[in-house]
Amino acid sequence: MAIKIVSMAVVDGLGVFLVLAFSASGQPILAVVSVAILIGVNIVYFRRGGLPAKYLVPGLIFLAIFQLFVIGFTVFVSFTNYGFGHNLDKPAAEQQLLTNSVTRVPGSAAYPVSVLSKQSTLYLLATSPSGDALLGSATQPLAPAPDATFDAGKAVSVPGYQTLTLRDLLAQQKAVTNLAVPLSGDVNDGVLKTADGRRAYVYKSSLVFSADGDSVTDSSTGTVYTDNGEGNFEAPDGTKLVPGWKANVGFSNYVTALGSTGQGDIIGVIAWTFVFAFFSVLLSFTLGTFLALVFNDPRMRGRRIYRLVMILPYAFPIFLSGLVWSGMLNTQFGFVNQVLFGGDAIPWLTNPQLARVSTVLVSVWFGFPYFFLVSTGALQAIPEDIQQAAIVDGASPWRLFRHINLPLLLVATSPLLIAAFAYSFNDFSTIFMLTGGGPSNPSSPINAGATDILITVVYKLAFVGGSKDYGLASAFSAIIFMIVSVISIVLFRRTKSLEEIY
Amino acid sequence: MTTYRTYQRRGPVQWFRQTGWRHIVGLIMSAIAVFPLLYVLSTSLAKSGTLTGSNQLFASITFDNYVKLFNDPGRPFFRWWCNTLIVSSVTSAASVFLCAMAAYAFSRLRFAGRRVGLGTLVITQMFPQFLGVISIFLLLGAIGDAVPWLGLNTLPGLIAVYLGGALGVNTYLMYGYFNTIPREIDEAAKIDGAGHARIFFTIILRLVAPILVVIGMLVYIGVAGEFVIASVVLSDTQIQTAPVGLYNMISMFRNDNWGVFCAGAVLTALPVMALFLYTQKYIVTGLFAGSGK
Repeated sequence: MAIKIVSMAVVDGLGVFLVLAFSASGQPILAVVSVAILIGVNIVYFRRGGLPAKYLVPGLIFLAIFQLFVIGFTVFVSFTNYGFGHNLDKPAAEQQLLTNSVTRVPGSAAYPVSVLSKQSTLYLLATSPSGDALLGSATQPLAPAPDATFDAGKAVSVPGYQTLTLRDLLAQQKAVTNLAVPLSGDVNDGVLKTADGRRAYVYKSSLVFSADGDSVTDSSTGTVYTDNGEGNFEAPDGTKLVPGWKANVGFSNYVTALGSTGQGDIIGVIAWTFVFAFFSVLLSFTLGTFLALVFNDPRMRGRRIYRLVMILPYAFPIFLSGLVWSGMLNTQFGFVNQVLFGGDAIPWLTNPQLARVSTVLVSVWFGFPYFFLVSTGALQAIPEDIQQAAIVDGASPWRLFRHINLPLLLVATSPLLIAAFAYSFNDFSTIFMLTGGGPSNPSSPINAGATDILITVVYKLAFVGGSKDYGLASAFSAIIFMIVSVISIVLFRRTKSLEEIY
Repeated sequence: MTTYRTYQRRGPVQWFRQTGWRHIVGLIMSAIAVFPLLYVLSTSLAKSGTLTGSNQLFASITFDNYVKLFNDPGRPFFRWWCNTLIVSSVTSAASVFLCAMAAYAFSRLRFAGRRVGLGTLVITQMFPQFLGVISIFLLLGAIGDAVPWLGLNTLPGLIAVYLGGALGVNTYLMYGYFNTIPREIDEAAKIDGAGHARIFFTIILRLVAPILVVIGMLVYIGVAGEFVIASVVLSDTQIQTAPVGLYNMISMFRNDNWGVFCAGAVLTALPVMALFLYTQKYIVTGLFAGSGK
């Protein structure tokens, strides 16, 4: 009981801390979820009865957040334009556009300023031409600061804020020069910027936002940019102002993903994903089972040693095997070409067709020991009397295998075959480490190389290269999710029927 | 299997037809299986650190590559190795605990949704966590804004994510093992006045220790080689795990870093392979406990 009270105290303490931290930093959704979990956990552990929940809840909380929620949220993201250039909400994006396009207003008055900081946020304390103190930060427009203290007519400090010394200014030079404080709540009034931390000038953007926020005019060129509903201000000629903001874009990512066809399109990627997974599993299973049969003869000596050696590839971490094979299959310097093929330049990983063959072969190298183990186990579990009976009836070794061992083997291993297929379908490591999805295909609308499978396309769209498009990548994730669901349903149904037959 | 009769004397021809060819298959397959591993070991010990210079196996044996591996502040391999150890051990221990509690509930308690729940856990295995890697990235980013030690670029953040996969097919494997422990033991303890918590922690957990060890090792092996989520969560070189660090080290200059990379590969693979070989016989039994037989 004492242990329970102590651990609940720790959990509650942590929970309350998280709730406070989330609310303090403006994360209302996370705060609400934490409160809900906290209340739920306390109810579960302090009420009488409900024993199963006491044992299931800890694991289920993690499962709910980091497996169910993240997959669900990925589907949500797939309907947005989240990604590079669309990381902000609309007001923040407008502010950013302004700050990026400001120039100093010619002939405007200089404001003597002091730079203040509070909780690592920088503030400008400006003295207006009429001698009043004004305080503001990048997100808070200038507002009167009546409790400021003055030194020689210049406002220098405000209680609760720390005034930066010359040394602090130098240390944070970049942050200070980037600081742009809006003059008022209206974004068109301009911002105050300082180059040296002592004097600030009014900077105005050439962009003028309309009152309803649906359009913006570049006053220097007269171009009108309007909200295109997809998170950007767009000119009639199609030019977009960057950055844009996060917006729901409906099925637009799915249209992009499925719409453009041609070489290296999504249909090609899906087809290759199936081909890769199918042949990886089929060849690994065939080879593994063949070896299990070969070594299933008690007269043979040294079977233990062979077994031990042959399962080594499965024990080698998969990301390493991909990288090691990529070195060995290197066209110019690799071991395979230099030593085994006497200096030939066979493009194992750089010719599209051959690269596909190589990925399957490497995944078989990694995968056959698993099926060797599995089939050995399954063969030894097949009752001997059945086989004896077949031999007495005069069955040849082939018939014995074809009509007795293989069917029983398939029944025993079919759930594992399904799991292996699902695994290979998302076998990120082999593909990404071996070829990186390449050789690349310049004509592909989704930047997919010849050996890219769906999951590597997701990773590359979201995290590799400059254009990090979370929305489009999430749409691909959702597509994988749907395909895997269909496969699971179909295959598990067929397995059931298989078990009923035999 | 003793379906074949053992002959006391066999001529060489008969020997070859019956077992000799099996040795040939065995030797060929063993060579294919073990060759890349020998190649890595040889390259890690070679004098030349380049891809080209690694093609003569065991031509020289030096520890230059290992020395270089540990003496480059730009790629702190020792820290990567320790980070991997920390993340894998903590995740493994916590997963086993969460999993054992769930397996106990499924095995010993009766409640609505028990069978469906168990089936659902097995099916979640079809949907790997990394399908949600984008959300994981965004979620940890948001968490990290408020609680820096639990966000992106932190080991606790990564461990929390991995624990989302703690329940799953492993729970099913454990459930099978829990079922082999006779219920009479629980009941005897109950009559003696033990509560459910005492039965679980002091009696059941001891009896199921073997499966706890096996599942713990499986989780350890899985986490120690995980790349996708780790690479997205840990972008800071100092905090990376070995898979992420080694990949970044080799992805840019494959030819130049090859020997050092192979040295890192050997040191990364050794603990995992040792664990695997130690557990492999249980893995087969475990796989079959979970195959619905």
